Amino acid sequence: MTTITTPPTRPAAPIANTLTTGILPKPVPWIILGGSWVLVGILYGILAGAGVTSGFDIVGTVFFGTMLFVIINYVASRVYEGPRPATNRFVTSLVALAFIIALLPLISLLYTTIANGLPRFDLSFFSESMRNVVGEGGGALHAIVGTLEITGMAALISVPIGILTAIYLVEYGRGHLARAITFLVDVMTGIPSIVAGLFAFAFFALILNQPGIRFGFGGSVALSVLMIPVVVRSTEEMLKLVPNELREASYALGVPKWLTIVKVVLPTSIAGITTGVVLSISRVIGETAPLLIIAGFTQSMNYNLFSERMMTLPVFVYTQYANQGIPAEAYLERAWTGALTLVLIVMVLNLVARIIAKIFSPKLGR
Amino acid sequence: MSKSIEVNDLNVYYGSFLAVEGVSLKIEPRTVTAFIGPSGCGKSTFLRTLNRMHEVIPGAHVEGEVLIDGNNLYGQGVDPVLVRRQVGMVFQRPNPFPTMSIGENVLAGVKLNNKRISKSDADALIEKSLRGANLWNEVKDRLNAPGSGLSGGQQQRLCIARAIAVAPDVILMDEPCSALDPISTLAIEDLIEELKEQYTVVIVTHNMQQASRVSDKTAFFNIAGTGKPGKLIEYDDTTTIFSNPSVQDTEDYVSGRFG
Amino acid sequence: MTTAPATQAGPNRLKAKQRPGDRIFSTSTVVAGSLILAILAAVTIFLIAQSIPAFTAEPDDLKGADNFWVYVGPLVFGTIWAAFLALLIAVPLSIGIALFISHYAPRRLAQGLGYVVDLLAAVPSVVFGLWGITVLAPFVQPFWSTLVDLFGWIPLFQGPVSGTGRTILTVAIVLAVMILPIITALSREIFLQTPKLHEEAALALGATRWEMIRTAVLPFGRPGIVSASMLGLGRALGETMAVAMVLSPQVLISFALLTSTNPTTIAANIALNFPEAHGVGVNVLIATGLILFVITFAVNFIARAIVNRRKAFSGAN
Repeated sequence: MTTITTPPTRPAAPIANTLTTGILPKPVPWIILGGSWVLVGILYGILAGAGVTSGFDIVGTVFFGTMLFVIINYVASRVYEGPRPATNRFVTSLVALAFIIALLPLISLLYTTIANGLPRFDLSFFSESMRNVVGEGGGALHAIVGTLEITGMAALISVPIGILTAIYLVEYGRGHLARAITFLVDVMTGIPSIVAGLFAFAFFALILNQPGIRFGFGGSVALSVLMIPVVVRSTEEMLKLVPNELREASYALGVPKWLTIVKVVLPTSIAGITTGVVLSISRVIGETAPLLIIAGFTQSMNYNLFSERMMTLPVFVYTQYANQGIPAEAYLERAWTGALTLVLIVMVLNLVARIIAKIFSPKLGR
Repeated sequence: MSKSIEVNDLNVYYGSFLAVEGVSLKIEPRTVTAFIGPSGCGKSTFLRTLNRMHEVIPGAHVEGEVLIDGNNLYGQGVDPVLVRRQVGMVFQRPNPFPTMSIGENVLAGVKLNNKRISKSDADALIEKSLRGANLWNEVKDRLNAPGSGLSGGQQQRLCIARAIAVAPDVILMDEPCSALDPISTLAIEDLIEELKEQYTVVIVTHNMQQASRVSDKTAFFNIAGTGKPGKLIEYDDTTTIFSNPSVQDTEDYVSGRFG
Repeated sequence: MTTAPATQAGPNRLKAKQRPGDRIFSTSTVVAGSLILAILAAVTIFLIAQSIPAFTAEPDDLKGADNFWVYVGPLVFGTIWAAFLALLIAVPLSIGIALFISHYAPRRLAQGLGYVVDLLAAVPSVVFGLWGITVLAPFVQPFWSTLVDLFGWIPLFQGPVSGTGRTILTVAIVLAVMILPIITALSREIFLQTPKLHEEAALALGATRWEMIRTAVLPFGRPGIVSASMLGLGRALGETMAVAMVLSPQVLISFALLTSTNPTTIAANIALNFPEAHGVGVNVLIATGLILFVITFAVNFIARAIVNRRKAFSGAN
């Protein structure tokens, strides 16, 4: 992937193509890459043999080998092809490198989550709470239930408000109110999640007059603050994609505006809207900070959104890590299994969103 | 079924911009009337005022009156939704609803208005409308297929079937053939010829041959320059407009010497 | 604006009959839109109301600081410093990734690669925190100690090196990974919008791919990159869990990147202290949250302003 900048050449041509002169043959960069790795590897071997470093370092080999490749490739190209193609090759390797560097944390993160999470990914993790559990055993059922309830309630609040607001902005909105709402949705998109949690806390602590309030519904409100702008934005995009011709066709049949929206515009864009909603859920389901503040944490089952502390999966992960008991292993394992569950939920939601977008969207293209 | 249209001194505005100025004409029932003229002369805008579709664009409004069989479309308390049920419209690009099948598209005007209709009535209406649009034989075996799977010309006839299923008195067509190939265009032109047996048809077209082929009367619109309002220059029998127009501009335009 | 010709002006102003369906439906959309106004107003009002006691708080409630501003100063510094470092790492990488996806990778792969980067955005922040402390911190610690050995004379890299790798630079890397996807996604969008004509004009003049990108793509995308970075900055400023988990809390101002005493951020400070806070302590934390809100608001505001100015000039819409 590093250097495919050479124009297609015909290596087997009987007469040398004048257009290929002065260009490095295609496999050369790959040979340089391999050579650099081997070279650095040998160097490391010698150093290890001489006792300068402790053991063979594969990470270092690949890292310094790649650096060496970038330099050699540049120099070779500069000597053979000239400064301009050399710069081009240099940038190409940097750009490809940037992409690979970005992949490393993703791979490492998924790998560690799976490797550390699997040992406790068992039945009791999904069927027990942490009530009266000290040390090993226990599970995250209370946290999973809490996450589902709080996120579900957040969706119940955000989806109607978000979709109706988007309809207002696209179909009705003119003038100051629409401009103000558009601006404020942008502002809301930037609210840090912890501030949303503080808001829910400040709000309910004041109106219910309970200075230390913790309950699940507050978490739903906090998540809604984060979720509404996402739903509005994505729904707005989808509604704007519905061609005006369809609205006009409906009006021309003598259909009132609201029925046109409900029966023509929404069905046409429903797949995209659903995708947006699912993605917005996947975004807030992993939120930790606001729930830590307003929903609190507990070891026990609590099905009631409206009273008492409620555990959620992200907060479960955090507290298992932060308040390790003895043996610490058991707590860490539970934290990782919680993380794995969370990542799985988010991945599945993302996948579902993509599938909905692929399968159910009407074919607008003609 | 068919009704006459009378327009008296109509001005059309977009906001404060005067787009069409001082149009007066009378269209007889059961005729085909063609609006011709250069781009931007306001003929489409004017056509859309005949069923109040121009109001879809924010800021658009009119002065003057449009009478359909003597009833003013722009009178006090007139509901534009009801107007549009009487005056159907076919658009430049075929626009079947992508979420509906062919059959549902024909029934759209009924279904979208939440009206109940029995299965047998629905089937009868679908067949009648599709026959009316010369499309029945081509699609009768796949009424449940999506409308977007049809060819452009078939889609346009589906849109015509959809328009006549609401049983309008007048059918407006805004350059219905401009997105179609010559064979589909011919099919639509034949259809227009048949539609005039029952409906008052008004068609905007850029194609002067088409105007001369299908219409009984022709109205020529022109514009003095950019930013000026469009005006009705001449309105007469099609044969007169194309053979012996009374205004020099009209003659220049129909003979291709324009601009 | 069909059924209700509300915009009708002039002498014959029409008053068409309103359908109940239309009225109910349009009213409910207006109500939903106005709710957003109400929510934001409520956020501001309640945060301010709960913050007021903090400004007159006693040193006991401020962990010994003389007054609120002395308390919050180091936190503001830590917040901005960590986010700035993260941005420094993330922006060049993101531009590289976005270019790779938009102009280097084979067309058929490009969309899939975009999804892969988006996957990073889907990972919950608490998992990033867990990963940062158990995987990244031990991994980078040897590098940090080498850095301190070699470059300890530069104040940024001054020792003594942290033995755990839990330093502000490690946090910055985690934050950078978290804001990579958003900056990449926005930059990629902008790069793909580069007029094909400009690109082809450059190529037709014999430019190499990099020269084409430098002359056509980057100038076109510059405002987009700036605003994407600002949005990323906003995200990094408010990020809580990763910082709270990786750093051990300290309240101080220090530019040293690799020692074990690091400034913490507003968000992390709230998350760590809120569960045990009581009385005025709660108000103090809420007040710091209010300040965080103001900072992110300012950053996002600037970013949006840049985006909108660009829109006005591009003529794309």
